[in-house]
Amino acid sequence: MDIHTSLYEGCLIRLGPIDHEKDPAIVSKWTHDAEYLRLLDTNPARPVSPAEMKKKYEALEKEIEESKNQFYFTIRLRSDDPEQNDRLVGFAKLCEIEWNHGVGLVMLGIGDPGDRRKGYGADALNLLLRYAFAELNLFRLSALIPEYNAGALRLFQKTGFIEEVRRRQALNRDGRFWDLIHVGFLQNEWHGLREAA
Amino acid sequence: MLATNIFCGALVRLTTEDPETAGKVLSGWARDSEYARLFDSPPGQLWSVKKIQSWRENGLERSEPCVFFFGVRTLQEDRLIGFTYFIGVSWTHGDAWMGIGLGEREYWGKGYGTDAIRVILRYAFTELNLRRVTLCVFAYNPRAIRVYEKVGFKDEGRLRQYLARDGQRHDMIIMGMLREEWLQRTMNA
Repeated sequence: MDIHTSLYEGCLIRLGPIDHEKDPAIVSKWTHDAEYLRLLDTNPARPVSPAEMKKKYEALEKEIEESKNQFYFTIRLRSDDPEQNDRLVGFAKLCEIEWNHGVGLVMLGIGDPGDRRKGYGADALNLLLRYAFAELNLFRLSALIPEYNAGALRLFQKTGFIEEVRRRQALNRDGRFWDLIHVGFLQNEWHGLREAA
Repeated sequence: MLATNIFCGALVRLTTEDPETAGKVLSGWARDSEYARLFDSPPGQLWSVKKIQSWRENGLERSEPCVFFFGVRTLQEDRLIGFTYFIGVSWTHGDAWMGIGLGEREYWGKGYGTDAIRVILRYAFTELNLRRVTLCVFAYNPRAIRVYEKVGFKDEGRLRQYLARDGQRHDMIIMGMLREEWLQRTMNA
């Protein structure tokens, strides 16, 4: 991998910018599936309208510009079929970057359950890792995963993240308590895995 | 039972300070870099009194109800020696991040911090009715780690090599306390 290898083109998907015209309606639809929100986030699940999502996207780009400690990508399909090519399937972001320590938080989601378990998440995560470690030159990455999100735990651990912290009973959903797990990945571990491959 | 002033401990009490007072002490304490680096991960910065004051003025309305920020004053001299807070209060899950910093060095190692933590924990579990409290502490701050363990926090893991300071890497330790654990300790005390 070098300067000529695309940072954004994966095998199945690519990382892309926000499309303020088309994306809000699609994301709004994802947020009407409480499972999507609850797998992703600890905030109380609440659906978002397309107009609201448009505003959120505008506020997000402004925040990215001003805070200078986050990066947001849309995940879009790579396809020979012109109908499917560049279709929005998810998002991937790096945030809470503390530049002095070289650390950041990884978040990603595949919106439609029909688009999951196809390798899009793994593909996007690998692109995001290269961006974080080889372009932003970060030293370590964290991710926060609810105990009940087996899919995410599997994905992150398979990629090389290690479970570091278990916040006991930090989540209360459906009348049950769940742990919130922090996983972490160091730049030298990522290099090591790539050299071994 | 409701007659007890839960803002008061044995040595300290919780307060809310005017932005002017807060600005003065916070700006002053930030000039002690050891204190700042024990307490926080962002790079040490020396903001003016005026700037910090304006944050305190503007922040108060915006941050409620997910932030609770208190001054810590000694009962005996009524001296403002530090502050303690909850941030990121998640009402649906009943969890919050707790923090404390004693800017006045002469009050270190004398039980004031321990007392303040006891007060803020009682506030968390009997007034905010949280189910658990989370905190982070740096591996290079053994004094704080000891106090948290003494008070009953459990080590829940570490973010490996999170902090880079003076050419060395240090872990960030996450600790947690569950309501049941606090109740048990308080009843046994």
